[in-house]
Amino acid sequence: MRKVAVVGVGETKFSGRQEKTAVELFSEAAMDAITESKLKPRDIQSLFVGNVLGDFSEGQGMVQAFAAESIGAFNVPANKYEGACASASMAVRDAFMWVASGFYDIVLAGGVERAATMGTALATRTFAMFSDARYEYPCGITFPSVFALLAHLYSARYGIPLEKLKTQMATTSVQGYKYGQLNEKAHLRKQVTIDDVLNSFMVCTPLQLHDCCPFSDGAAAVVLASEEVARRLTGKPVYITGIGQASSGPLANQSRYLPRITAREISVKQAYDMAGIKPKDVDIAEIHDCFSIANLIAAESLGFFEFGKAGEAWMKGEADIGGKVAINLSGGLKSKGHPIGATGAGQVYEIVKQMRGEVEPGRQAPEPKIGLTDTLGGDGGTLCNLILQRGW
Amino acid sequence: MEYKLTFKRYDEALRQNKLLGLKCRDCGAVTIPPKMVCRQCASSEIEVVELGGRGKIQTFTVVNVPPEGRESEVPYIIAMVELDEGPWTMGNLDNVDPATATMALIGKRVTMKHKVFPGDKYSAGDSARPLFSLEA
Ligand SMILES: [Zn+2]
Repeated sequence: MRKVAVVGVGETKFSGRQEKTAVELFSEAAMDAITESKLKPRDIQSLFVGNVLGDFSEGQGMVQAFAAESIGAFNVPANKYEGACASASMAVRDAFMWVASGFYDIVLAGGVERAATMGTALATRTFAMFSDARYEYPCGITFPSVFALLAHLYSARYGIPLEKLKTQMATTSVQGYKYGQLNEKAHLRKQVTIDDVLNSFMVCTPLQLHDCCPFSDGAAAVVLASEEVARRLTGKPVYITGIGQASSGPLANQSRYLPRITAREISVKQAYDMAGIKPKDVDIAEIHDCFSIANLIAAESLGFFEFGKAGEAWMKGEADIGGKVAINLSGGLKSKGHPIGATGAGQVYEIVKQMRGEVEPGRQAPEPKIGLTDTLGGDGGTLCNLILQRGW
Repeated sequence: MEYKLTFKRYDEALRQNKLLGLKCRDCGAVTIPPKMVCRQCASSEIEVVELGGRGKIQTFTVVNVPPEGRESEVPYIIAMVELDEGPWTMGNLDNVDPATATMALIGKRVTMKHKVFPGDKYSAGDSARPLFSLEA
């Protein structure tokens, strides 16, 4: 298997309802990634694109083929990935495998979504399609209610009184906003306090508005190349050194592990083993904080903190710059935003920019060498992790 | 290989307040919601059994923001119930005022009836789901 590097990255601003189409948004991110790589669209041998709800949001299916033609990668094979919110990470992982195998030398991976364009009612309905349509949706399950169930379960399992847990959860939201405020690509750029979180509208008990990420529009793309090609193109290649992916069925069937997500623990172990590293080696991580409680659940299964202790860790600054691992310096899904088909590629974009020292002052980690991405689709139905390492 | 307990059969039984699951002849585990094979050992040596529909609440939430088409239902309570036979299942909670739903619900015993979701333009028809009530 060959080494594979990220040689260029591009990203639109993540935002509320956009005037631009999915093809337009993806094309902008893709051209930025290609131009940054010192390549031309004709150099791209294949496209790997995450897109989840193009049909519902703008009546557009098969966005990847239109995107390939739009950017001038004429007639190349173009594949779409759909694993709910983990779609773009799946796309990057598959793109990696095709380059690692030697089949391709240069490919483009990424994703696009117009989740905000759908509005709250339709977005809530369509996001619920990633729960079980027969055995869960009739109960009125929604995406926030899945994590609301997990929040109450977390409180009961680890014996943390709900009020205390909610303060811990709010602390993770406040940290997300703190960094997202500085990120010019972020969707929600504002200062939010613990009190603001605890006084916000109750979405699904115990999750309030500021415990929840927004529905966002946006796109992100990365160019992957073999080591040989990467050395020719850039002095700052970021190598993908570990990948992992796993699946699960409906939430009820994960009962033996909840509130832990089994698929995440399987996926990240694959990635750590492949890279030959341990959780303590990770400098920066972009993790799937679709809800504040999801931060705690993710950080524990990724091996950063003990089970039931992640909230305390956040409160002590251990998930911040200068702590054990700097988490979501982009603002995370909470503040940077969550255009579901693009989110994982946006995480890779952030890790690469951090390693190159190219993010805004105030949210730059000091010379990070190892980064991890973590994306979750549905009720834990799809989990994907990537490990990236600075190649210079 | 034929699917032993289809949604159609599960749904028809649930409308009679009968909760169907699958019992594994190899490892004894009970699978619900129904699947092709045993959820624990992946054996296809499984048989349809009727479950008691009793259990205890493991977690819950009160939903205030509805999906499109279900605006008239909020606020409603979703509960995950650990059935006496072992597996967990999802349902709604009936005889509790959402305004008074607290952590004290966790561990409470429940019994089951059903309620029919009339379906929407995406759902390929209507379907029943468990409707739990706190044991008297
Ligand atoms: Zn079995």
